[in-house]
Amino acid sequence: MRFSEAWLREWVNPPVDTRQLADQLSMAGLEVDAVEPAAPVFSGVRIGWVQSVAPHPDAEKLRICRVDLGEDALLQIICGAANVAEGMKVPVATVGAVLPGDFKIKKARLRGVESYGMICSAKELGLAESSDGILPLPVDAPVGEDIRDWMALDDHCIEVDLTPDRGDCLSIAGLAREVAVINRAPLATPAIQPVEAVHDQSLRVQLQAPAACPRYVCRVIRNIDPSATTPWWMQERLRRGGIRAISPVVDVTNYVLLELGQPMHGFDLAKLDGEIRVRMAVEGERIALLNGEEATLRADTLVIADAGRAVALAGIMGGAETAVGPETRDVLLESAFFAPLAVSGKARSYGLHTDSSHRFERGVDPGLQVRAIERATRLLTAIVGGEPGPVIEAISEVDLPKPRTLTLRPSRVAQVLGLALPEDTVLDILKRLGMHTEPTAEGWLVTPPSARFDLVQEVDLIADIGRIYGYDRIPVSHASSASVTGSTPEADFDLDRARLTLVDRGFHEVITYSFVSPEIQALVDPEQEVLRLANPLSAELSTMRTSLWPGLIQTARYNQARQQERVRIFESGLRFRIGTDGLTQTQGLAGLITGSPDPEQWGLTSRAADFFDLKADVEALLALTGAPGRFSFVPGTHPALHPGQTANVVCDGRAIGLLGMLHPSLAAQLDITGDAYLFELDIAPLSVGALPKHASISRFPSIRRDIAIIVDEAVTYAAIADCIRATETELLRDLVLFDLYTGKNIESGRKSLALGLILQASSQTLTDGVIEDTVRRILARLASEFGARLRD
Amino acid sequence: MAEHTGLGLAALQTAALEAIAAAADLASLDQARVRYLGKSGELTALLKQLGTLPAEERPAAGQEINQAKVAVQAAIDQRKIVLEEASLTARLAAERIDVSLPGRGRRPGGLHPVTRAMRRIERLFANAGFAVAEGPEVEDAYHNFEALNIPEHHPARAMHDTFYFDAELLLRTHTSPVQIRVMEEQAPPLKIIAPGRVYRCDSDLTHTPMFHQVEGLLVDEQVSFADLKGVLYDFLRNFFERDLELRFRPSYFPFTEPSAEVDIQCVICGGSGCRVCKQTGWLEVLGCGMVYPEVFRHVGIDPDRYLGYAFGMGVERLAMLRYGIDDIRLNFENDLRYLRQFS
Repeated sequence: MRFSEAWLREWVNPPVDTRQLADQLSMAGLEVDAVEPAAPVFSGVRIGWVQSVAPHPDAEKLRICRVDLGEDALLQIICGAANVAEGMKVPVATVGAVLPGDFKIKKARLRGVESYGMICSAKELGLAESSDGILPLPVDAPVGEDIRDWMALDDHCIEVDLTPDRGDCLSIAGLAREVAVINRAPLATPAIQPVEAVHDQSLRVQLQAPAACPRYVCRVIRNIDPSATTPWWMQERLRRGGIRAISPVVDVTNYVLLELGQPMHGFDLAKLDGEIRVRMAVEGERIALLNGEEATLRADTLVIADAGRAVALAGIMGGAETAVGPETRDVLLESAFFAPLAVSGKARSYGLHTDSSHRFERGVDPGLQVRAIERATRLLTAIVGGEPGPVIEAISEVDLPKPRTLTLRPSRVAQVLGLALPEDTVLDILKRLGMHTEPTAEGWLVTPPSARFDLVQEVDLIADIGRIYGYDRIPVSHASSASVTGSTPEADFDLDRARLTLVDRGFHEVITYSFVSPEIQALVDPEQEVLRLANPLSAELSTMRTSLWPGLIQTARYNQARQQERVRIFESGLRFRIGTDGLTQTQGLAGLITGSPDPEQWGLTSRAADFFDLKADVEALLALTGAPGRFSFVPGTHPALHPGQTANVVCDGRAIGLLGMLHPSLAAQLDITGDAYLFELDIAPLSVGALPKHASISRFPSIRRDIAIIVDEAVTYAAIADCIRATETELLRDLVLFDLYTGKNIESGRKSLALGLILQASSQTLTDGVIEDTVRRILARLASEFGARLRD
Repeated sequence: MAEHTGLGLAALQTAALEAIAAAADLASLDQARVRYLGKSGELTALLKQLGTLPAEERPAAGQEINQAKVAVQAAIDQRKIVLEEASLTARLAAERIDVSLPGRGRRPGGLHPVTRAMRRIERLFANAGFAVAEGPEVEDAYHNFEALNIPEHHPARAMHDTFYFDAELLLRTHTSPVQIRVMEEQAPPLKIIAPGRVYRCDSDLTHTPMFHQVEGLLVDEQVSFADLKGVLYDFLRNFFERDLELRFRPSYFPFTEPSAEVDIQCVICGGSGCRVCKQTGWLEVLGCGMVYPEVFRHVGIDPDRYLGYAFGMGVERLAMLRYGIDDIRLNFENDLRYLRQFS
């Protein structure tokens, strides 16, 4: 809510400056978002009275005005505005005046005629975004007076960002009450005197949905002056409250909304058919709204209707057909109480949000309606004249909100706040907040004011006591509560550690959106059913990722387009997959590399990364499980990967990850330059429960025997290694592949592997005989299993 | 020296010493050694010729030859030291490198700044005894809203800009539903933080549709707002490593009461007013409060017996203040030139 500081100070005027006032509001939970001057800086602008207007001899659009500024001589001013006329009161920037934007007014000569100043528009004074011609001032504006003083422009517009619980502060009256409480300052609530009826025209009002609208107050005002205009001071207060002046009836209802917090509405009585029915809409019923749109209503929507049709969306917006217009002579003013639950969400469901719905959703004081209509009647008749009728009030007492009484225990106050407040302090705060208290055995029975919809439990009262006492005065306690640290199993896979492993291996962590475009999702993981957002920001961000790869690929492309050829990135996060068990959300860790595995440097030949560079990274991650031997890489297939360079990472017979080269045709489609390699691991299966286990170290020397064997190319290294390990389980300490060769001297379709066998016994030094025998057995086994033969 | 041998010993010794002195490197020194002292060296040969001398001359001659051998050996040893030193000096000179050349190998990458800040937050709370809890990101309306006392048409729900899949399923708008899930599964006392991704249907200069929060929750029999102030004072002062002033401003969250927004003294200007703090000297960094009794009722915890506090903070906000990042959107562009700054 935005409001004029000067207006607030008419209600309550504590001895604090603007900044202090704003701080007080913020610290009371009414957060001040902005404090802005009501008008920009300008000076030397006074009220002038146009005495004569004559055409300029040499310029068709210019007029020569003679303006009275309350001095001996009239001022001659050239004016280009079409609306300047004899007898008008206008703002005049005299010579020496400085307008907003540091625009200095000097004596000027326009097409040969001297001009001693400028007649200003509202825009030129910074009082409006745009204006059509000069700003006409009321006929009673005092000639010669400085306009800043007369319009009280040395004021501030204060914007408070109120939380949804504080609907009671969406008015000058509500804010003033808070400021008075904070400062212990007197509150000058303007008296609202009833306006006597001068005729007895009434109107039947039927409360057909009394739970939603238990009180409907209205009043007929006949014969208003359609030519009257809203006085400048009211227009200014509305403007400073962020509301544009429209017409006296609308302006007065808005003024009362700002002043008291009661949303009101004015109907053109002549256009209403017979009576007012407050009822639920008929499903499919249509209404043309004031904003020019037409709404088709649902049966859950409360409307104001006449005998024939809906004429307003209750508490949200009036209808166009019954709106007050220039020809309106008789008005029906409405001031109703709509229950928050009846209005909540309705405006939004029709794509609307109004000052009225904003207040009704949060709660309007159910005791305010009659006072508001009296206030509005007085303000309105002062402007447009007219003949007010009696106040018509339809009421369903049983449906009106009942005053709540809450138990407040001093012991609970102390327990929640961590501070034992003296009883008289508590009582003083409650009294200042307008709460009625009655002592009981436990503490007090407290009755909050009817506007305070937010106070429904004891702890709400405690919070309010803390708020007024001052959160900053509540002590800071370092008393540690019971320590309930849980511990995670040591053997669990540590994702944080895995991230650091990748970082140490030259990867950068990225964080990409969990929603991706359906196109890249379909390219990367076409077989997986996806979850789609109903209201995405854009199609690009509409599909929940089922893999971390789309984000990594897009990030690689983004960086390649920015001259970053070497990319090593990873991400961890949830993947969202729909399967036979419904939706699963599982944590994954994935990486992508492309370009050189190492940064460009001297002494290293630059080369492009390949499968085995990334495999080493994956192996480093698997080593963190404590049982890398449980994992194996098995040839696999995936739609996004190169069919000859894809491995499933398998643990206990279950695929728990993938590693491979991005399919070249996909890379081309996704604008990835060069070969890219990807991996993705499920995190949960990496917790294999392995803890380190000590084994004694042999005191006897180890020996190494190297063998080079030739096998068919189709024989995998894993098969050979498994075979060797199975052949010699006792003495083989380690196995190293130190060369892989195809080409010259090896027949085509065959390959040569050079292997180092490291042998050691635990209880003796190995003899040549044992060593020779071991190597012979291994070679024999390799020969029988794979047709391996020793390379010459 | 008197020559008893008559075998030319003196001349031989002189020649040997000259040869040793002339040896320019260890190889030629060794050649000299072999020539004079080797198995068939010249001095060795003299010894073999001793037998040709008359018996009475032999001892003296033998002694002289041995003395010559010792002298030659000594000369060799001495020369060897000189040559070895020279050789080492030459090697060291030859092996001089440009130590300013860059080291070889891979260089570390880096964690994302949001993760970096998140780890710091987690660690500080871990020190205070908070365990990490996690929850789903695709959440149901019950856990994200109703259980947190935000009924369907509550104005607070409209403020959440929620991404929906259908009427019931949504992307969590905050990490608060993890509070609910933890309280559903575990009995008090509870002391957890819940870090993670959250989503709001909002994207502009200062908002991204996805960001990160850390939620905290403590439930016990004796917990007060004063304790909440204490834990947040400790956390924020440790996080920024400064004795910051804090301001607890009354606010509203449907799931806490009393509720507060916490402002810290601006870490950019120190509180004197700048662009970042909009001249106020204060920066809003988190929201907190005492768990609302309705929330306890939803999860079956007795609100008369237990009290709790909860807090939630935006990780991007803290990371940006800590590392001087001026645009939240940079975090999700993942430009390597940006990410490298946090290595």
